[in-house]
This record gives sequence, C-alpha cells and structure tokens, in this order.
Amino acid sequence: MHRRQFLRAAGCVTIGFTMGGPVFSYGSPVQQQLPGSLRNHPRINAWLEILDTGQVRIFTGKLELGQGIRTAIAQVAAEELDLDMQQVEVVLADTSRTPNEGYTSGSASVENSAMSVRYASAYARRKLLELAAEKWNVPIDQLHMNNGIITGPGNRSISFADLLQGRQLSDEVKLPVTLKSKEQYRWVGKPVLRDDIGRMVRGEPVYVQDLRFPGMVHARMVRPPAYGAQLRTFNEQEALKKIPGILKIVRKENFLGIITANEYEAVKAQRALQSLVTWTEGTPLPEGNVTQYIKSLPASTEKVLQKGSMDGTAPWITATYSKPYIMHASMGPSCAVAIYDKDQLHIWSHTQGVFPLRRTLSRMLNMPEEKIQITGVPGSGCYGHNGADDAAADAAVLALEYPGKHVRLQWSREEEHGWEPYGSAMIMELAAQLGPGGKISAWKYNLWSDTHSTRPAGAPQNLLAYQYMQQTPQQPERGFTAGAYRNAEPYYDIDNVTIQAHFFNGPVRVSALRGLGAYANIFAIESFMDELAAKAGTDPFTFRLMHLTDERARAVLEKLRDMIKDVPTAPGTGIGIGFSCYKNAASYCAVAALVKTNKAVTDLTVQKMWAVIDAGETINPDGLKNQTEGGMIQSASWTVQEQVRFNKQHITSVNWNSYPIFRFPQAPETEVAVIDRPNESVLGAGEAAQGPAAAAIANAVYKASGKRIRDLPLLRGQGG
Amino acid sequence: MNNALQLLVNGKMHTVQSAPDTPLLYVLRNELQLNGPKYGCGLQQCGACMVLLNGKAQPSCMLPVAAVNDQEVVTLEGLAKDTGTLHPVQAAFVEAQAAQCGYCLNGMVMSAVALLAAHPHPDDETIRNGMQQALYRCGSYSRIMKAVKIAAAAKPANAIKTDHP
Repeated sequence: MHRRQFLRAAGCVTIGFTMGGPVFSYGSPVQQQLPGSLRNHPRINAWLEILDTGQVRIFTGKLELGQGIRTAIAQVAAEELDLDMQQVEVVLADTSRTPNEGYTSGSASVENSAMSVRYASAYARRKLLELAAEKWNVPIDQLHMNNGIITGPGNRSISFADLLQGRQLSDEVKLPVTLKSKEQYRWVGKPVLRDDIGRMVRGEPVYVQDLRFPGMVHARMVRPPAYGAQLRTFNEQEALKKIPGILKIVRKENFLGIITANEYEAVKAQRALQSLVTWTEGTPLPEGNVTQYIKSLPASTEKVLQKGSMDGTAPWITATYSKPYIMHASMGPSCAVAIYDKDQLHIWSHTQGVFPLRRTLSRMLNMPEEKIQITGVPGSGCYGHNGADDAAADAAVLALEYPGKHVRLQWSREEEHGWEPYGSAMIMELAAQLGPGGKISAWKYNLWSDTHSTRPAGAPQNLLAYQYMQQTPQQPERGFTAGAYRNAEPYYDIDNVTIQAHFFNGPVRVSALRGLGAYANIFAIESFMDELAAKAGTDPFTFRLMHLTDERARAVLEKLRDMIKDVPTAPGTGIGIGFSCYKNAASYCAVAALVKTNKAVTDLTVQKMWAVIDAGETINPDGLKNQTEGGMIQSASWTVQEQVRFNKQHITSVNWNSYPIFRFPQAPETEVAVIDRPNESVLGAGEAAQGPAAAAIANAVYKASGKRIRDLPLLRGQGG
Repeated sequence: MNNALQLLVNGKMHTVQSAPDTPLLYVLRNELQLNGPKYGCGLQQCGACMVLLNGKAQPSCMLPVAAVNDQEVVTLEGLAKDTGTLHPVQAAFVEAQAAQCGYCLNGMVMSAVALLAAHPHPDDETIRNGMQQALYRCGSYSRIMKAVKIAAAAKPANAIKTDHP
C-alpha cells in the first residue's frame, strides 16, 4: 500500500485555463484528476441545481450518519459558488434524485462526494460567469459573483436563476477545473455550525423514525429464537382470533410479520405471536472460549504482503492478541417505511447505500429496479452495516403484501442487538526481530478473521428477509475479505515483512463495523510496538519515531508528545499511546490515554484521552474534532468492556444491561488537536481514532498495572 | 377498549383515545405527533424517550398513559418558548455542537434540564451522575458536558416551570 499520489498536484499554479481574472486569483490550484464519483456522474446538474428562490440545491449520493457530511458538502459548495451557507440545501442519497455513490462508508465521503461537489460547483461557477459575460458582452474578468448574484460593469447585476431562465447547467465537468484560491476561503476550514443540530434540539422531524404519512400502518417482525430456525407451527386463524388489532399477518416460509393500525397493538401482537408459534432449534452456537473456537475452524489463507526475507537470526519476539465480536449497538433500532402503490415500491431507509440496496431488492423481489425508489433518511448513528438494510427489506416485503398504505416497520431493541451483523472476532499473532540499534529488522503477522462485509450489494442472501423467506434459512455469501487486513501492514519502515490473513466462517452474523479489521490490527500492532520498545530499552515515542520517515506521521506523534509532557501520573495511573495512518492512506492519528487501574486490572477508568489528527485539508475543524472525540470514546467503550455474548441457542447480549456500553460516569475527558494542511488533499477521518485509541488504553493499563492484556475486552467478565 | 384520556402536555390539555396500558411514548409520538421523545429500547435503559414528569426526567417507554393523566408532561418541544427562543439548555447544545447523529439528544437535553433545576451549579461529578440515565453511542460525551456547563452558566431558565405543589 502506498500513499496516493494523484491529488498531490493541489496547490500548484494555474495552467491551461484562459478564462482567469480577479475571481480566479493566481495560485489557484488545478487538480489533475476528477474525484471518482464525478467521473461516474460528470454533468453539473447531477450535483447541483439552481432554484428560482436563489437557493442552490446540492445532490449527494451519501447519507448523513451523524458525521456532519451534509454540512461539509454545503461548505464546499457555498465556497466555490460564493454563496451564503443559508443559500445551500443538500439533498441526501435517493435513487430517484442523486448520483449513485455506492455506500456511505470507509471514511470516504469527504474525499469523494464533497470533492465531487467542489469540482462541480467550481465548474458551475465558470459556466455561470461565461453565460453572464456572453449576455452582457463583457470580458469575464470584469464580473464578480456574490451570494447568488453576478455583477458587472455599469452596475449590471443578475441572479443565477434569472441568468438560467429555468434551464439547468448540464455541461460535463472537464479538466482543468480551477478552484477558488484558499486565501479567499470564507467557509472551508472554518468551524461552521451544523444546522441539523438546531432542528434536533427543537424536536423537528429528522430521522426515518419520525416519518409520518396519512393512513400509515405499523408493523413488527416475529423473529426466530435462533439463527437458522424454521417456523414449525403457526396457526393464522388462531392468531387472528386471539390477538386484537391485526390488519394482516405476512408469512413467507420462516418470515413472519404483522401489520396493525396502532403502533402499540403491533408491539403487543409481536409479543403475543411469539408465544403462539413454535420453531425448530436452528443452528447451535459454540459454547466456551470464542478465541479458541475460531482458531480451531478451517481457514483459507491469503498472502497479504511479502517483502524482504525472514532469514535473520535474531531471536523472534512473539505475542498473540485477540478481539471479540463487537456490535454496532445503534441507539435507535432500525426502522423503515415502505409503500407499494400503482406498481411502484417506495422505501424510506437509513441504509448506507440506497443504490446497492435497490439492486439487491430488485433481485430479491423480482421487480425491475426502475419500479423501486429508495430515499435515504438519517437514522440513529450506525457506525457501519447494522440492521438498516434488513429493516428496509422487511418493510418492502410487508408493503407488497399490504398495498396502498405506508407501512412503518420498527425493530425492537432485542432485534437490533440480537440480529444485527457484528464486527468479526479476530486473532493476531505477531513476531518481530530486533536488529542493530534496537530497530525492528523483521516482522511476521498472521491474522484470523471472518469477513468484514456482508453488505447486500446485489446479494439478496445477505438480507435476513431473504434468508428467512426460504424453506431452509440460508447463510450469507462471503463478502469483502480485504477489510480484515485493513492496516495489517505496519506504517513503520521495516525492510522484511510477511503478512498472512486466514479467513474462517464464524458462528455469528458479521459485517462492516467502523474501521473493519483496522481496529484490531492497530490494537495489536501498537500494543506490540510498546512491547518491542521495552525490549529495545527505549520509550514508546522514540521507538515509533525511529521507524518513521513520513514527516506527517512524525508530526502527529511529536505534537502528541508535546501535549502530554506535563501530565502528572499518580500511583495506579499510567499513560499509553497509539498511532496509525488509517488504511495506510487516510488520516494520521496519534492518541494518548490516561487510565487508573489496580494491579489485577479488575477496575479500570479511562480518565482522559488526547488525539492529534492530520486529515489533510480540513473542511470543518469542529466536525473533525467531533468525529475524533467520539471515535476515541466509542473505541474506549469497545476496548474496555464490550463483547457480544451468546449461548448454544442464540445471542444473549440483547439489551443495554446484557451489552453494557460506556455511560457518563465512565467516559473520559477528551482533547483533540488538528494539524490542518490546507494544501494537501482531504483525507478520510471518521474511523481514524478507533485503532490508536484501543492501543493507547491497553498500553496505559500496562504502565499503570504492569499487566499486559492482549485479549480484549480489557475488563473480562463485564457485559453480563 | 380505548378510553378518552386527558393529558397535560407542554402546557396544553389534550384528549387522546388510547388504551390505558399504552406507554406514554407511543401516545406522544403517534397521537400528539411529537418527535422529541424517541424509541430506543422500550426497557427504561437508554433514556432516548425521556420526558419531564412534573419537572423530573423520566423515561416514557414503559409508563402507562393512564398513570400520568394527572401530571404535567413536558417534552423536548415544550422547552422552547412560543416565540421560538430556545431554552438555555437547547441553546447550549447547539453552541457546543453536542451531537453527532443526535438520536440520544432528547434524553441528554431533558436530563440536563432536570439536573440543572435540582442543581443550578453542578460540579463535574454531579453532571456525570445526573446524566447517567441517558445513553449515547457516538461518544459526544465531552461536548454534552460542555453544553451542560454552558447552560448552567447562562441566565436561569424561565421557559419551563419545574416547581410543583
């Protein structure tokens, strides 16, 4: 893996563009390659429309997940078109309206969608100025643009809408595109407030859960008691007689749902029906130690990297680390609304990918894609592939059976906890040799993991609805295996490295959770770096810096060292650090943690966490800080105490008591420093803190207690 | 089976037709079309459904509507003044940008309002303990702490009465 070079041209002098003038000042950067989404959807009006009201409407194929993408996108659009923030509205992922940008995932939305909007807006600006220059027959360099108005010589002025007279800009965006010079920025790089938080505090409708339609009916699913269980006995007539308020029972093999007029009747019917049906036992889950179990499974091996040789004669230093299954545990259980009317199916969903979900549902329901519309509406934060797609599929099946009405399906807490696809358990075996000067001379890495993506992406068998509509509930197909070795390669300068990944087919449902394999890989690598530093007789900062030549990597560590240098550590407390360059290609992030614990580590408090992050050009520094603070705290909760538990029958972590996450008294204070690099390309940041935060805490626990814990969670025995 | 029930919500009397065992949450969301209180767990574990009941923060997801018909219910929507001016706690959450997805925000704001009514100048520990009923997942903890402190430092709220006979 190498750092991407293709956007490095940012910041060079304008070339090959003859329309320049005062509005395009010197030094304005020219990019040599358009962002991927823009290459797929090259027309300006795929990304923006000029409205009669003076507003500009921006289209993004990404969904707001709480990461603040809507605001970041509005900022770059307002910047390039010299608008006030209030003049920009953003339409989120919708199969009928927005570009297809695949999934909102992998910390890629600013890199891809916001950059596409930036280029489309800059190109639109040029086209608008050209139109005005032509209309008034004046040179373009005598024109100015501000808040949706173009002004020119002789007090002439015209709004965007009047200039276009109902037309939209449909030109294809072509290189070279000249962007506004950064010295002139009024929005980008500034902590612009998210306007959706204002709507949230007023209780305005924001979420898919808040959608209401006239005549809307309510639905609940009746889930089996185990993976793979089949519906054995079910008497519909008896159910209709005994349970009041049921409008419709939908049964398709092992898929069982009910529809009522009143929501609480649906809740009661769901409970009542559970006791009226019987199921087969399903597929038993393994009992006992999960780490030992997954190591015992047959695995297929992939060679990830081999460079140099393993022939060195120095003794190997080894350590094995593990992480358990962890869940997304969204605050709001999944929800979807669907209506089937006049041969058209419309679904409102908090899916991370409206287009891939449409493709999948088209196959599952045997309906042409053009008859299905999916509108993305924010839900509760998902941090990856949670129950959103499954709920949308459930609602679609129910709506087809109850046409003409909006059907609102709400998952229960128990369904969300018990049926979401978890982040895979993993094992990481590390070995290293130290050479002259205590530098690492060779590095061996073996990891064991299940897949990190079973997103639908065209495969109906990845959806619960499809699985349980079969006579025999089917297992999902293997997904994106590369996610397991995300960040498996250390970012350090080591000549001799081998990395292998071993894929098993684990017992529980799994898919993408924030950071995929990077969380566990960075936890292992950065814990091991501290262990090696001790063997080499040097401190963790110096040891890492000895193996880093990338100046930006060094800078985040050096800044972090500076931030914590005067923090006192009392007895029973310790400070640890962790570092990574996310995906070895996105944000640089260094994290420190101050913990308090006892010798046996039966009691553990993370008191404070610090982060230094370099996400290249920062669009919204407050948004970046918010993501980083939240990432550290979420990772602290995962690392200290989270573990999905199950017995022979099914998942037993089914609510917040049996899967406890951090509450207020446990949360650490946080402090985040941003290294802004306005002349570097934007780097994805939303998942950057997860891995380094985990290692920082484990390393701090070692400093505080002398105990090296290599198996997560750090507090075993927590979690019910 | 549905009875006409009188409910005092956000300063207004409402008559709702609901089965008496219906949890208050469903009545607020579906009969009164309010969005503030949210379904999070239905088990009184997460606080997403928090309302003020006679000024005290209470989860509404398991509370039968029949049990509250003589009490004053305030939801997130009832905090701001009729003029649209935000309650100091709401304003503080905006100022501190104390949310990511915001799904937990109702529980946070309602808990903070009740906390500040009982402890106008809380120290950190009082805030931590006073807010612990409300769960979050995005990790906005630092910002929520900051928001509560901003609100505590602001002029006392008069948008909502929390003292009752």
